[in-house]
Amino acid sequence: MKPFRYHRIKTLQEASHLTQEPGAVILAGGTNLIDMMRLEIMNPAAVVDIQSLPLNQIETLPSGGFRIGSLVRNSDLAFHPSIQKEYPVLSQAILSGASPQIRNQATVGGNLMQRTRCTYFRDGISPCSKRNPGTGCSAEHGYHRSHAVLGISDSCSATHPSDMCVALAALDAQIVLEGKKEKRTVPITEFYLLPQNTPWKETALEPAEIITAVDLPELPEGTRTCYLKVRDRSSYEFALVSAAVVLEFNQNQIQKARIALGGIAVKPWRVPEAEKLLHHSTPSKKLFQTCAETALKGAKPKKDNEFKVELAKRVILHALSLASKTKKE
Amino acid sequence: MTLKINEPKAKESTMAKAVQWIGAPLDRADGELKTTGKARYAADFPLERMVYGVPIVSPAASGSLIKLEVEAAEKLPGVLFILTHENAKKIFPIQNDFGTATKLAEGRFPLQDKKIYYAGQYVGLAAAETLEIAQEAARLIKVICKEERSALDSEEELPYSYFPDNNWGTPLPVIRGNFEKAFSNTEVQLKAVYTTPVEHHNPMEPHACTAVWDGDNLILYESTQWVVGARNVVADALGLPREKVRIISHFVGGGFGCKGFVWPHTLLAAMTAMHLKRPVKVVLSRSQMAAGVGHRPATHQELSIGSSKQGKLTAIKHHTITQTSFLDDFLEAAGGPTQSIYSCPNLLVSYQVVRLNHGTPTFMRAPGECTGLFALESLLDELSYTLNLDPIELRLNNLSDKSPEEELPWSNSHIKECYELGSKIFGWKERNPKPKTMKRKGFLVGLGMATAMFPGVRSPGAAKVKILSDGTAEVLSATQDLGTGTYTTMKQIAAEVLRISPHRIVSKLGDSSYPPAPVSGGSMTSASVGPAVKSAAEKAIEALIHISIKDSSSCLYHLPLEKIHAADGKLVYQDDPSKTEIFEEILKRNNLSHIEGESFVKPDNSAEGYTVQSHGAQFAEVEVHPLLGQIRVTRMVGVFDVGRILNQKTARSQAIGGMIMGIGMALHEKTVYDPRTGRVVTDNLCDYLIPVMADSPAVEADFIDKPDPRFNSLGVRGLGEIGITGVAAATANAVYHATGIRIRDLPITPDKLLKWL
Repeated sequence: MKPFRYHRIKTLQEASHLTQEPGAVILAGGTNLIDMMRLEIMNPAAVVDIQSLPLNQIETLPSGGFRIGSLVRNSDLAFHPSIQKEYPVLSQAILSGASPQIRNQATVGGNLMQRTRCTYFRDGISPCSKRNPGTGCSAEHGYHRSHAVLGISDSCSATHPSDMCVALAALDAQIVLEGKKEKRTVPITEFYLLPQNTPWKETALEPAEIITAVDLPELPEGTRTCYLKVRDRSSYEFALVSAAVVLEFNQNQIQKARIALGGIAVKPWRVPEAEKLLHHSTPSKKLFQTCAETALKGAKPKKDNEFKVELAKRVILHALSLASKTKKE
Repeated sequence: MTLKINEPKAKESTMAKAVQWIGAPLDRADGELKTTGKARYAADFPLERMVYGVPIVSPAASGSLIKLEVEAAEKLPGVLFILTHENAKKIFPIQNDFGTATKLAEGRFPLQDKKIYYAGQYVGLAAAETLEIAQEAARLIKVICKEERSALDSEEELPYSYFPDNNWGTPLPVIRGNFEKAFSNTEVQLKAVYTTPVEHHNPMEPHACTAVWDGDNLILYESTQWVVGARNVVADALGLPREKVRIISHFVGGGFGCKGFVWPHTLLAAMTAMHLKRPVKVVLSRSQMAAGVGHRPATHQELSIGSSKQGKLTAIKHHTITQTSFLDDFLEAAGGPTQSIYSCPNLLVSYQVVRLNHGTPTFMRAPGECTGLFALESLLDELSYTLNLDPIELRLNNLSDKSPEEELPWSNSHIKECYELGSKIFGWKERNPKPKTMKRKGFLVGLGMATAMFPGVRSPGAAKVKILSDGTAEVLSATQDLGTGTYTTMKQIAAEVLRISPHRIVSKLGDSSYPPAPVSGGSMTSASVGPAVKSAAEKAIEALIHISIKDSSSCLYHLPLEKIHAADGKLVYQDDPSKTEIFEEILKRNNLSHIEGESFVKPDNSAEGYTVQSHGAQFAEVEVHPLLGQIRVTRMVGVFDVGRILNQKTARSQAIGGMIMGIGMALHEKTVYDPRTGRVVTDNLCDYLIPVMADSPAVEADFIDKPDPRFNSLGVRGLGEIGITGVAAATANAVYHATGIRIRDLPITPDKLLKWL
């Protein structure tokens, strides 16, 4: 770990001001940042500790739905009675990630900002455009079993590792950003950028901006959800493929559907074409199968991760069938 | 190190008489030290003026070193020394030999030449006032190499492979009868190829060495499975008399084979400490442990098996293609179990070894046995379906009273009882033999079994037992406790002889200055050191008796010594039990602080004419998701015949630990090298998966617990490795039973099942 300046700030303005410095990063729970600093993948000049900001509340929004402060710990969010009741898919997703110790420490904002687990990114020496712009991608012709098949470019196919964010994407969550003149909200799907030729640009976050909250829109009565994750071991492991599905039901008809995929794409991945097939439909295995096929249409697998395409289809199929059977009170 | 002695319990004196200490499920003697953080491992000794050393590694996998650009690093404040091939001390050549206890892990000394054999090889060491400065210095140093073509692909290198002509002296190939002829004439023929990947030991505690020079004397706090071997290698290599080098390894946070012999970082630490005249600490990173402290090499095993329709084996061929480095001729002897469990008149076991630009492989828990049994016990399972025979029945059909390999009777074997007890505990009879028939809560359920085995191994070992004038005792031996329970079992053995409570005995281990003991490998510590402790304790009692019968103030004065024995912390006269004397009184009256017995026990010839081998039966139940292919082991049972059990609790821990490691082998573990650079891609615990608690099901281990007195005076055979040996096959067989899909390539991950489900 390299020497850095450390600022413990008390106000958002202070934090915003300090993060404009080149090489400044924000410290919240630290479960990912400290790891990255110890590996010397991230070598910040300054660390701005925002843990004393009052951003650890979960509140209802006047328009319905909830506002989750960005410093709310992952465990607190997952076990919050309203979240468990209203957004079980979010609880399930959070609890399927990391370990209890990590979830107790990690924050919502930190979870959104966590970096990829691509082994070449993390080894500090292999060519990697995400780490060292312009050096290329070692995974492309190297080992890429855990890599993405959706949204990839020649310069990067690293996955976004979060489970929570997959559920947030299926819930149409909005990211609240503050620090510049205008407070703004960005839909989570637009918050993450595609790697294209600039894989080092990962989010829409601008200098001086800080994630202060995540807004969850209200779900209509009768919505059924499911988070399904497949991985190589039973716990404490990132997804090979995961899916969060949110189905708005009216009687036995699906009114609207939202499907987000994890472990298989460069960012929490929505599949609008596939979702459309489910709008105003009667659930059936055949329909779900068509939906799964459609979701994976743009997949570009490579040698080691070819299996993810088939696996993802099955995960979608199974998640849809599980969700449609889950009755919400 | 002093271990805390628990106050003797109130009724201990009566207990000592009644309780058989050997076998008792005593808690670990070192448990409290470990759980309270007081146990000091190799990197935990706080020394003044400590220097931190960080190895500098080669980015290239082959070629030669042109130079190290060290200028920027040297300018860094706090940097003390950059050790390179140019300033490294010349190392004395040594005999690289197990027999003389001078076995090197990698058959080459570091920094003595410019050759590069694998990525991650040490080409220097940065030493600095703090760890952070040393890391920064190591990072700033540019390693300039002339890269050559690297041998990284086993298949590509196959034409350059060699056929080893022996395995530890046993000529290869192993031939019995005529395989080709018998196979072509047999009624049922099966052929299959099984593959296992490279695996890494990944013990919790990384390799670490703290080197301290005191004048001409060198102390190394070293995480090692063999303090005596490390002492000999370091002394000989540095040209020091062996008595000037002391290795201390009080606690080892797991080894599994990768700490059996001296790896190069230990010598780098010693050389740097010699140069700087300050203590130097080197702790390897997880990534460095992937490159330079050994691994289990991959195997490609071609098996052919011939059988009668009734299930009697007629012919077996087992050809293993495996890998080693360009530095050593390591052999993962996967054919071992094929030679030594089932009787089969026609057999051919052979090997082919490919050299790769990888670090040297090394022994990893049950080397050869667990890779070989995965193949053999899987193919027997396949045969059982072909023949429509119960897998246990098939195995029973092919057992023999004599070892198939040496044609000698077993010293003691209860393999049939293992199958019997195991299938009873596991509920084997409830299994519907037809695959894909058992279901539970939407999952396919499968039950599989396999035979476990490990040869009985022992080596010469020594120990000293001291009876102290306060009525306590000490056991001293230069063996080491890898977390297995040796601290506890050795004092149980002494307690049984001395007839005092083990709570009044302290084991002192892990120090090369104590009486010598062999490597804690090959599952041989109990069988090698245990008898020495027993004998030393007997000698200590004998010495005490000699003093008492010569002591005119003693009530035992002039009594016949053969009629005096120890009981309940006293010497007692057999013909008149009122004549007793407490140990401490005898010692105090004679102004003795202690009395001791020391013993060096070599394997005797009582096992001559017999084959010593441990066996077991292992059972696994799995649940497989019928759509997603996720596999979970839900239940495991292992019953082992390993001779006498020294401590039911630590033995059980050893066995279930091995079985859980077996789940890793079956479902998770795989080392991947980058196909272009030869670097280990899975050099961290995020990419190299081992089972977590959620993967560790209800595991039951039981023992036949019958002594093998021909093998040694305690009748123990050791059980460090047998627990892992049958797990991969039992799991693969259970997966087949659940799904009808035979996976012959480890680990069994969801993607391999997917295309068949």
